[in-house]
Amino acid sequence: MWLFILRRVASTVPVMLIVAVVIFAMLRLTPGDPAVVIAGDQATAEQIARIRASLGLDLPIHEQFVTWIVHILQGDLGTSIFTNMPVSTLIGQRLEPTMMLTLTTVIFSVSVAVPLGVWAAWRAGTWTDRLIMMFSVLGFSFPVFVLGYLLIYQFGLTLKWLPTQGYKSPFTDPLGFASTIVMPTITLGMIYIALVTRITRASVLEVLGEDYIRTARAKGQVERKVLFRHALKNAAVPIATIIGIGIALLIGGAVVTETVFNIPGLGRLVVDAILRRDYPIIQGLILVFSFTYIIINMLIDIAYTMLDPRIRY
Amino acid sequence: MTLSRREILAGTAATAAAATLPAGAAKAQAKRNVLKVVPHANLQILDPIWTTGYISRNHGYMIYDTLFALDNNLKPQPQMVENLDVSADRLKYTMTLRDGLAWHDGTAVTAEDCVASLQRWGKRDGMGQRLFAVTDKLEADGKNTISLTLKRPYGVVLDSIGKISSNVPFMMPKRVAETPADKQIEDTTGSGPFMFNKANWKPGNLAIYEKFKAYAPRKEAVSSAAGGKIAKVDRVEWYTMDANTAMNALMSGEIDYWEQVTPDLIDLVKKAPGVKVENLDPTGNMGWARFNHLVAPTNNPMVRQAIMKACNQEDFLKTAIGNPEYYKVCKSIYPCGTTYETDAGFVNQNVADAKTLLQQSGYKGEELVILQPTDHPVLNPFCQVMAEQLRAIGMNVKLQAMDWSTVLQRRASKDPTDKGGWNMFCTWWIGGDTVNPLTGVGFGATGEKGWFGWASDEQAVKLQDEFANAASPADAKKAATALQERLYANGHYVNMGMFFVPVGYRDNVRGMIKSPVQFFWNMEVV
Repeated sequence: MWLFILRRVASTVPVMLIVAVVIFAMLRLTPGDPAVVIAGDQATAEQIARIRASLGLDLPIHEQFVTWIVHILQGDLGTSIFTNMPVSTLIGQRLEPTMMLTLTTVIFSVSVAVPLGVWAAWRAGTWTDRLIMMFSVLGFSFPVFVLGYLLIYQFGLTLKWLPTQGYKSPFTDPLGFASTIVMPTITLGMIYIALVTRITRASVLEVLGEDYIRTARAKGQVERKVLFRHALKNAAVPIATIIGIGIALLIGGAVVTETVFNIPGLGRLVVDAILRRDYPIIQGLILVFSFTYIIINMLIDIAYTMLDPRIRY
Repeated sequence: MTLSRREILAGTAATAAAATLPAGAAKAQAKRNVLKVVPHANLQILDPIWTTGYISRNHGYMIYDTLFALDNNLKPQPQMVENLDVSADRLKYTMTLRDGLAWHDGTAVTAEDCVASLQRWGKRDGMGQRLFAVTDKLEADGKNTISLTLKRPYGVVLDSIGKISSNVPFMMPKRVAETPADKQIEDTTGSGPFMFNKANWKPGNLAIYEKFKAYAPRKEAVSSAAGGKIAKVDRVEWYTMDANTAMNALMSGEIDYWEQVTPDLIDLVKKAPGVKVENLDPTGNMGWARFNHLVAPTNNPMVRQAIMKACNQEDFLKTAIGNPEYYKVCKSIYPCGTTYETDAGFVNQNVADAKTLLQQSGYKGEELVILQPTDHPVLNPFCQVMAEQLRAIGMNVKLQAMDWSTVLQRRASKDPTDKGGWNMFCTWWIGGDTVNPLTGVGFGATGEKGWFGWASDEQAVKLQDEFANAASPADAKKAATALQERLYANGHYVNMGMFFVPVGYRDNVRGMIKSPVQFFWNMEVV
């Protein structure tokens, strides 16, 4: 196992290098110039050229790349072209809201989706199953921002139960956190619930046809135990996989959710940076996202060994 | 003494209420001292000399002060300056600073600081460069006196030093102002009515300004950027959010003030209880469609004239803004209602004439590329209407859709349209930027050294100089009018009219200042 973890950690290096090269090249190939944005609407071409030179953006691309990589290897993600702040500081400021939103969404979604999926599988072919699947299709097809604005309209503006926007840290203001995180969690969780429900249903349904389930039932095992101890446990590997993949999807969904609810997270940081062509932030964030994704996949692989003792690395 | 359960409960409730009430009152008190604002953009750059971005300019007004400032009539008035002495030959300006001016770190503002600040500004700003081109000497004469000596009389010295919009000559401590003009400053020490709380700055989310208690405001009443800048709240918080979220936050009372209500949301915001919508900007914004004077077919003056004749200003405004309360047909290149407003030379729409002119120009159906910023709520419809009006006279129009950042980059290209070049792009200026022939960078006609579009016209440049050197207001007006006629005759750009972006605020906010620029002094939450 330890060898496997070491091997997986080591394999992140070439992956991250490829990501770095691709991101750097893509950003330089897309139109847009931070010097132009900085200079503003009234600037002349001469002023823009001077700003470009002062930022080192007039250097050959390979030189810019080497400088960036050397800094990355020293643990320095660079400095924002606009704010003059270290990218690591900016990411640090935004990490907590995104992590908290992701965490609450995963907890909420899994708690709802897994029982729903198991129930749908258990009642396969009935109205209950159809209703759950209809809800699941709805969850997929309902745009995140529409749901977000509907919730804001109902619970923020009409009933005035919850604030319409903002974020409070659970470490300094737990009640404020609870009130600001509810609507974003439901909004972001909807697609995730739909996804996990469908996969859980399919996996459990497959397992319910296995001989050992029939044996368990023949032994007089109560249905709840049959479903959760035997069926769900054996269907857990694909469910864990989809939960892991879903976390990556959540990062994408967080961009919209954070914008709708004005949560100062990484999603909004990356959008702002892209709109302004703040290369160091975009590059730094994509590296962080890629690294997170690799780590999540590794954790899922490790989780397999716990969920299914037959799996060994 | 024994207490019954009821007495204990009653006592506990009373204690709780007593504890809660003062806390509630204190909270309400604290709330009155904080103004929560959604500004028009995300503050990313803290150096208002390094960039011309309006949000950095507004940040500058929070924390810095200026030697002179424009009043409601757009006339320069002393701000940090107590006395001004101009020599009879108009060559020497001696400015004495007010007593009691201090930087946020407690040290006194000196003339040396101001000289260094003006010098840095003069390297970046168009009007500053013009001023320094006629400056012989700028020096500190003692601790409080600034001495400016000119090579020849120059009519707009105070208009330059007191200009209201980017780049505003903000005063900074000498150590900060000595930062090269092409490098962003890091130290945000100013001498304005608010101090920037850099430690808690979260770009893209929150910027906090604390009241500078040692600030000594002028005694005069506030008048646009001039007069007494009294910070009436302890703290101003700028929150960055998108338009829909800002609307929701304003309606629910989570914020007090939204600087720019987008045209599509005005009606919704107006209907919300406890919320007001008002236009505070007397000079509005001027819509422009800029020609590329280097690239065919818009390098042909007759084609440009034909395009101008094809355009109807009200069509642009109706489509982009909608509500006539927030737009104005304005034939002047200067904001209507200001000193130099005139209709002289304006090209009225005449589609038949436009078609004839286009035929006479030798236009053979070449592609005309318009850069269309689809992410901009006003410029996007401007471009779409422009395309339709030009198609109506038989032009082969290609709208190239992109985001605003890409437009800013693409417009720098001087290449032909088949190699990434362009013919027209839509933009806007705040009225404060176009109040006279010199403030408007886009009025320049110095060819490839000038602003994007690179119009070249020696006569226009001469008229700008005439304005700068005008000996009397009448001469200045004459030069401004002549410049307008010249720009229209040369097909400088298409004037798309004047529009206003109102502010939205809770009805307990008071003290808003009518001005082309958003200021937060004098404002309070009651």
